[in-house]
Amino acid sequence: MTASTLSLACWAIILGDLILLGAGRMRHLLLLTAAQGLLLGLVTVGVSPGIEGYIVAGAVATLKGGIFPWLLWRTMRQVGTSEIVEPFMGLGTSILVGLGGLGLALWIDARLLLPIAAPPLLMPAALTTVLAGLVLIVLRHKALTQVIGYLTMENGIFLLGTPLAGHDAMWIELLILLDLLVAVFVMGIAIHHIRRTFDSIDVDRFCSLRD
Amino acid sequence: MPIALVVLPALAGILALLLANDALRRGLLVATALAHLSLLLATAATATGDPHALFALDAPGLLFLGLASVLFVATSIYAVGYLRAERTDERPDFVAGVVFRNAPERVFTACLLFFLAAMSLVCLTRHLGLLWVGVECTTLASAPLIYFHRHHRSLEATWKYLLICSVGIAFALMGLLFLNYASLGLSGSLHLDRLLADAPTMHPVWLKAAFLFLLVGYGCKMGLAPMHHWLPDAHSEAPSLVSALLSGALLNCAFLGIIRGHQVCAAAGLAPFSGGMLVLLGLVSLGTAAVFVVGQGDFKRMLAYSSVEHMGLLALALGTGGSAALSGMLHTINHSCTKAALFLLSGNILALYHTKSSYDARGLFRTLPITGVLWMLGFLSITGTPPFGTFVSELGIIHGLLAQGRWGVATITMVCLAVIFVGMSSAVARMVHGPKPRYLGGIAREDLSSVGPSAFLVAVVLLLGIVQPEGLRWLVAAAMRVASGMEEGLW
Repeated sequence: MTASTLSLACWAIILGDLILLGAGRMRHLLLLTAAQGLLLGLVTVGVSPGIEGYIVAGAVATLKGGIFPWLLWRTMRQVGTSEIVEPFMGLGTSILVGLGGLGLALWIDARLLLPIAAPPLLMPAALTTVLAGLVLIVLRHKALTQVIGYLTMENGIFLLGTPLAGHDAMWIELLILLDLLVAVFVMGIAIHHIRRTFDSIDVDRFCSLRD
Repeated sequence: MPIALVVLPALAGILALLLANDALRRGLLVATALAHLSLLLATAATATGDPHALFALDAPGLLFLGLASVLFVATSIYAVGYLRAERTDERPDFVAGVVFRNAPERVFTACLLFFLAAMSLVCLTRHLGLLWVGVECTTLASAPLIYFHRHHRSLEATWKYLLICSVGIAFALMGLLFLNYASLGLSGSLHLDRLLADAPTMHPVWLKAAFLFLLVGYGCKMGLAPMHHWLPDAHSEAPSLVSALLSGALLNCAFLGIIRGHQVCAAAGLAPFSGGMLVLLGLVSLGTAAVFVVGQGDFKRMLAYSSVEHMGLLALALGTGGSAALSGMLHTINHSCTKAALFLLSGNILALYHTKSSYDARGLFRTLPITGVLWMLGFLSITGTPPFGTFVSELGIIHGLLAQGRWGVATITMVCLAVIFVGMSSAVARMVHGPKPRYLGGIAREDLSSVGPSAFLVAVVLLLGIVQPEGLRWLVAAAMRVASGMEEGLW
């Protein structure tokens, strides 16, 4: 894979983050997360070729590009929540926060050099994705959006780890992916219970425990 | 084989899911707890340390896993009586009045056992990647435990716990990646043994960044302020025996993750940096606990904030190093035993009074005399009153701070400890003395399974204040030397 393809993939991930922050419909959020998962697999192959890289890339693309979004899609259909994302603050402001995050990521990237050959935009793309995930967790009303945010954040962390995919024991990365699968599963079950108990999946209803 | 300590409870957990008979399943829980403890003792007695192995016991691992195993035995005995007394039909929730029922008992028992397996994995592994997997597994196994009573408050607590801890340890994963970057070009492995060997030549900036992320990530799970928000909610809403395990065993496991990071930093000569960060978070935790303990009406939340306080003390002690770190390791034993005993007792109080308010649960000496006396003793111990072991270890930490000339830190610590003592004493005095509520009859019956485990744990802490066995002193000293990066201390 050429360096320009990799750079393009990183650009696509950054753009995806900004669109994710501006997305107003749940299905778009899920589609964007799936696309991001597939891109992540592509970057993994490009950055660390070899059999180990291929295995990790395959697992990442299948889980993050297919199974996780599908699980969340199913949960969304089953709890029958509305399609609207319901942000705490305007979607435009969210995009602005994302742009600010991109600036911060570029600033950090200029100071903290990766000690390994990697596409130039890898680090900014990863940090922006982590930040976009955090924004989704903190500034959205629905429990489901928080899980999507958590997955986005994990995508960013994995992107940061792609140059290392072939270096350390591969089975650790596969175990981590398995752990994430169980986490998404458990969170999905919790969302079902939240829906049944509160008749809504708005986390605003969580207000009985505080000091 | 150390790995048997992980496999045994995991298999027992699967068996618990399959067993239909309640009595048999409760027997399995106690039997597995006892088998786990015996197996741990046997492993500690016979194991030969292979530093390259994936699973090996070192001194802090043995100390924390030993604590987890002893507490698991105590809580499993408590669980037998607790589960027998729990109603399985729908019943009204005493706070909000809505109707709720329990999660299936077999799921609860199985998750308890999976939780023990995950904690064993954390304490046994020498590979930091595997340690991360273990910590995430503890979150996933314990979330259903917190949601045992299926009402909206426990669901809220479970969701906060799941989300905050998952996001928290996602940061720890980032820390691991940074650690990998720091050691790139060297062995590039996350095996503790290799990391310690590589540390002196690692890239210092990446190593510092890695430690910060590990500290924030595992600190979230350990309940260090300001990342502690899930802790009071989860501890107050979980069944009391689960709170006992969360506070007494799980928080230590998260601390182990931070200790590993500190070990690598110390080996790289960055101990002043990582120690400074630990002291800072320790002080913030102490201050936060002092603010929230005073005037806290909910006695389970009060205990939870006390856990934040003691986790702060542990971080402070490790960061200070020297004799303070030694006392800090001793303090883990005192805190875990006392806090588990107090949470188990709070379950007895809750079962009789149906309230978590210290203003309503009054007259303990007249209604639950044994629980009342133990509650009082537990309070004296957790606030570091002589002659309990907690007094010895807290005094040791302060002494260690003063020996290093850290007068400011020592003063802040002592002020916070004093404020917390006053804050907790007013609530506890209100509960043990005071008039008995009219709706309660005479002295309630107290089973051996409901007070026995707490009495044992409180007795242990009392004995530790008077005499510390030679073997234990040696283990604590070895754990301190390993945690401060002075030696490998493998079994």
